[in-house]
Amino acid sequence: MKNTKELHDYKKSKNALVRFFNANTSNEVGGRDLPLWRQILLQVLTLVIALEVMFPILYIITLSFSSSTARPSSLQLIPKEISLVAYGQVLDRPTANPVSFIELLRNSFFLSFGVGAIALLIAVTAAYSFSRFNFKMRQVLMVMIFIPLLMPAVGLSTPLYLLMNSFRVFQCGGAIAIEPFMTCVGGQLLFNLRDSLLGVGIAMIAGALPFAVWNLKGYLDTIPKELEEAAAIDGASPNQIFFKIVLPLAVPQLAVTFFLGFIGHWQEFAMPWLFLTKPQDYTLSMTLYNMTGQYANAIPWNRFAAMAVIVALPVAITYIALQKYITSGLTAGGVKG
Amino acid sequence: MAMSEIAGAATRGAKFRRAILPYLYLIPAFAVMTIITFYPLVYQVIVSFTDFQTKDLRLGLASPALNFIGLQNYVDILTAGLPVQNFEFFRILTYNFWWALTNVMVHVPAGVLIAVLLNVQGLWLKRVYRAVYILPVVVPPLVVATVWRNIFDEQYGALNQFLTAIAMWFGSTDIIQIRWLTEYAPPIPWLLPNGPLPLAYYAMMLANFWLGWPFMTVVATGALQSIPKDLYEAASIDGASDTQQFWNITVPLLRPAMIPASVYGFTTSFNLFAFVYFMTGGGPARSTEILVTFAYDLVRNLRLFGAAAAFSVFIFFVSLTVFLITNRITHATQSYTEA
Repeated sequence: MKNTKELHDYKKSKNALVRFFNANTSNEVGGRDLPLWRQILLQVLTLVIALEVMFPILYIITLSFSSSTARPSSLQLIPKEISLVAYGQVLDRPTANPVSFIELLRNSFFLSFGVGAIALLIAVTAAYSFSRFNFKMRQVLMVMIFIPLLMPAVGLSTPLYLLMNSFRVFQCGGAIAIEPFMTCVGGQLLFNLRDSLLGVGIAMIAGALPFAVWNLKGYLDTIPKELEEAAAIDGASPNQIFFKIVLPLAVPQLAVTFFLGFIGHWQEFAMPWLFLTKPQDYTLSMTLYNMTGQYANAIPWNRFAAMAVIVALPVAITYIALQKYITSGLTAGGVKG
Repeated sequence: MAMSEIAGAATRGAKFRRAILPYLYLIPAFAVMTIITFYPLVYQVIVSFTDFQTKDLRLGLASPALNFIGLQNYVDILTAGLPVQNFEFFRILTYNFWWALTNVMVHVPAGVLIAVLLNVQGLWLKRVYRAVYILPVVVPPLVVATVWRNIFDEQYGALNQFLTAIAMWFGSTDIIQIRWLTEYAPPIPWLLPNGPLPLAYYAMMLANFWLGWPFMTVVATGALQSIPKDLYEAASIDGASDTQQFWNITVPLLRPAMIPASVYGFTTSFNLFAFVYFMTGGGPARSTEILVTFAYDLVRNLRLFGAAAAFSVFIFFVSLTVFLITNRITHATQSYTEA
């Protein structure tokens, strides 16, 4: 019994290996084999493209393993030394400010996760409405949803800054005053919405909504309407149809949309940089941005590279792992059947 | 339309509930957007009619020093009357469109060809290549721009070092120091007469090529896999060559997927803020400036908030036009029943 199972496992693993090296995307057994000379020709071509892709990435990785903080004076794509000094320094003391790596990571995660989740929650009902109903003003309202794409983020950031900045909490003697609803003269500032991750998060949702609505609507369009009609005949209310039928079917696309949004928020630095002033609120991307700036020659290059790898790595690994779902999700979002 | 028949059979109350249902589902999105999108938008339009400055930031529109100057900001932008050097609205606008268009025109064919290459039956290491090719999509634009800026650096840059090595091989002893990102003289002066393209444009095209084609490959791969294999088999039985199969089967069947992807790529390139800002900052002499980078410069460095607001309104109308045209192509706002 045990032996047959082992044999089976072995066969499975061998198949996995075969599949890995020779993936047949059409899920079709057989088909014509590639002649060796063509295989070699195509391999050369794909390798050249792979090198083109890897070239800047190898440059950054090599730099991150270097112990020298100076700007590299020659091109190096294979690390001469594997020194973890830069990683150590970045993890130990990422900025000149008293803020730990864990705090930066937590802020980044809090911001990306929060914005992604809330935008998704708001977007899915809107996407459902746009996908399934034909009502007056539909086209106009949908164009309105896309306004943040039309107006550059920097165009909306000044009013948002002023709006968030007007919401402040003061310690006024023994009482607490909340501006703009109460006034307090000479009180001690406890909380400024503009200067908090919460405020930045709220501001970032505006930019996150259009993509989420667009991507979800495209997918909802592909769910056959017959399912809902059948449920309606069985007496399900429109809300039940949405929560019991449409929402469960949309879960894979919800995940893809959330993750694609997450990547964007994870890399966002302009809006947080404009709003936040307290180092303990900084995110990883802001730190990375802070390392470039106008003093290009003063950058500790190896630390910048190490930070870049740290910021990009989690996203890259997840993306590659979920690539299949992301591809089909994006295609469903964009293509109308 | 079984749904509407059912609704028709129901009572008037149910009919009403059904009529307002789509709006109810829109309430959360519009409640949020009223505060964080529409309010700032209206605010921005008001600011665009004023001489809003840094000192007004504390009190906003309530500031006593604020003057309403009518359409002066708009006129200044169109007639290059802003106190900004090398600024001409229509030159930036033309360049911006040219930049987005040429990028898409390069990314889409490259993306499709590479996807086709990856889809060849029996190709070894397919999965490895698929994983590697996706990497540019996930590297933060800031990092991409910094790396490429280094590659194009006149002294330390990899490209000049590479060219020097080749030149030495041919017997030259000079060190090549091409100012890829800062040279103002355009290599091809007659291209884009409204404002010749500097060397930096070509350098950025090259760097953005690296960034752009993998996304197109992802989309094209997805679409390729949904093309039934029988079509190719039937075609080859009928004696169609590989080239004929590519043009008559692959290309037409990829089109529905590639058109929305091209539109998406166009909008992305059109507003490619982080990349352009970190590659050249719009230089030399604002010749690679796109609309969004200039808007950012107006707010962050020049502190001309009124002019920046007016500029944003211009961008809004430009983008709206582009959006409405592309929407006709992709039908993004159509409902399920209209499709």
